Amino acid sequence: MTNTLNIVQAVNQALMDEMRLDKSIVVYGQDVGLEGGVFRVTENLQKEFGVKRVFDSPLAESAIVGTAIGMAINGLKPVVEMQFSGFVYPAFNQIISHLARMRNRSRGKYNLPIVIRAPYGGGIRALEHHSESMEALFAHIPGLKFVVPSTPYDAKGLLIAAIRDPDPVLFWEPKRIYRAFKQEVPEGAYEIPIGKAKLIEEGDHITVVAWGAMVRDVQKASEIVKAKGIKPEIIDLRTIAPMDRESFVESVKKTGRILVVHEAPKTLGVGAEIIAIVNEKAFLYLEAPPTRLTGFDTTFPLPRGEEHYIPSPERIAKTIEDLVKY
Amino acid sequence: MRLEDYNPLDNIQYSVLDLNGNVLKEEDIPDFTDEELFYLYKTMLYTRIIDDKALSYQRQGRMLTYTPNTGQEAAQIGSSYALEKGDFLVPAFRELGAWLIKGVPLKNIYLYWYGNEWGSHIDDVKILPISVPIASQMQHAVGIGMANNIKGEKDVVLAFVGDGGTSEGDFHEALNFAAVFKTPVVFLIQNNQYAISTRREIQTMSKNLAQKAIAYEIPGILVDGNDIFAMYNATKAAVNRARNGQGPALIEAYTYRLGAHTTSDDPSKYRAKEEVEEWKKKDPLLRFRLYLQQKGLLTDELEERTKKDLEEEVMATFESIENKSDTEIEDIFKYHYATMPPQLEEQLNEYKAFWEGGKDYD
Repeated sequence: MTNTLNIVQAVNQALMDEMRLDKSIVVYGQDVGLEGGVFRVTENLQKEFGVKRVFDSPLAESAIVGTAIGMAINGLKPVVEMQFSGFVYPAFNQIISHLARMRNRSRGKYNLPIVIRAPYGGGIRALEHHSESMEALFAHIPGLKFVVPSTPYDAKGLLIAAIRDPDPVLFWEPKRIYRAFKQEVPEGAYEIPIGKAKLIEEGDHITVVAWGAMVRDVQKASEIVKAKGIKPEIIDLRTIAPMDRESFVESVKKTGRILVVHEAPKTLGVGAEIIAIVNEKAFLYLEAPPTRLTGFDTTFPLPRGEEHYIPSPERIAKTIEDLVKY
Repeated sequence: MRLEDYNPLDNIQYSVLDLNGNVLKEEDIPDFTDEELFYLYKTMLYTRIIDDKALSYQRQGRMLTYTPNTGQEAAQIGSSYALEKGDFLVPAFRELGAWLIKGVPLKNIYLYWYGNEWGSHIDDVKILPISVPIASQMQHAVGIGMANNIKGEKDVVLAFVGDGGTSEGDFHEALNFAAVFKTPVVFLIQNNQYAISTRREIQTMSKNLAQKAIAYEIPGILVDGNDIFAMYNATKAAVNRARNGQGPALIEAYTYRLGAHTTSDDPSKYRAKEEVEEWKKKDPLLRFRLYLQQKGLLTDELEERTKKDLEEEVMATFESIENKSDTEIEDIFKYHYATMPPQLEEQLNEYKAFWEGGKDYD
């Protein structure tokens, strides 16, 4: 049996299904209980599982993550929500200093099966701090896993895998495409492995790597360049850390070209890491400079300027064409 | 005693013994057996000897940075003795006496300060590892307590923080969460008057630190932190409340760090000798020793014999780890995730190949 769901509904169903199976899962954060979250991702969870397992917390991101650490040490599996990824910074110390380190610090005595969910990314005409894509900040930290789904099917399977993971997983949800499209999603729990990218489109001329909402834009760009006879190979990275290096290295060995597209700023972004890996592992196969098409090294603009910031399908298509003709 | 009977705004320290070990409040003498009294004193001595030896090993270059506890033994031991085995201890980093009471083997403690993570792998003891970022551990304590509530378990949590830690946001968030969720956590501030060199007066305009409890609608009590009975009673009262589902409480142990912040610190730069001399008169061991002598439970001869035994044990423990505790290369990589990701495995293998084969390269 399947249901036709968007990403919001798929994440909600993942929580529903997994909480039924595992009584140690608790969900909390700001407005996640009664209201079901500002994006309604946790809707009806409190009704189903009660206020002991699904509850609203005081407005304090550091304590939301900090208490989750204590709960995990004491046998629970917290899935906590940051209302927007731009508000995670008060919790930065807890994430970097403790969440990422407790297993190593205690030489394996304490592992932290915690998921931090947060909507991220621009394109929803939001206020300041509601549009950033700062995955590189977290992917740099040893001890964390960082996952970004781009489809309802992946969202459900990856979240279930994240909840079952014995280690902390940051699960960033692309809010621009929260309700953009629906997909057939199986009923019941299933896992999509963390650390495995997905080949979205096979191609010959260039490898294009993206994640989250940018995958859709790359697919649109692909339609544009196909009319010109260019066939890109599109890879949805799905997990930023630990990264599936084989996926794009093997692809580059075939295509000889790579473009990384991300919403986040360019300098020291995840694209830089991907290109460094390509240089290390596929140097002799390259026929064009490994290239990034990204957000600018600026603050994400307020809504009247955001269309300039996020690489558009047209810009992606042009960059692909330039690289193929290099 | 009941916590609710003490108002932090009165700014009066709760105490049971005076500086000469005389009983101020007969009704507040805890109901300890002679064996328990001697065990507590012995643990105070043990704490001080471990400290003294660590300092001397450090000066000899045999141990790394160390945080001395001298002067704070009653605050650490009196409080933690109020816990049961199932209760959790959440330390900051200067709670040696509490770790010992909780059952942490000295070997672990020395291994940690010797510079090996295995020191923090403590089997069968409900304790968190040392937490260096100030006050951040308070929230872990609250989370442990929240989980106890969710699971319907009756265990409580004792969380330590210092006077400087009360200025951190995490301290306040933790108190707030604990109060809102009626969490079974006892917060214990060891106010040793200094955050490295910064005096307590620079941290806050509050008259005392216990009064921070008032804003969170939880009991707060200012306690003579060098009085082991006062520390035990206040903590026991707070622990009992918490276990009965009445929520958190805040205790300020008013004490003094007689030594340095760490072995890298020189306290003569920021405090007067006279001040230290005054506090030496309030040494928690001195007061408890006089009390025990008055009760006929301690003689000079027993004290010397006990010290000698403890010193031998401490030295033997240190020698059991010294020069045998270098970190295994695999251990640096192995414990970040349940399963090592390929990139980490690759880094480990590359480094091992160099270390084993190529380190003589020139």
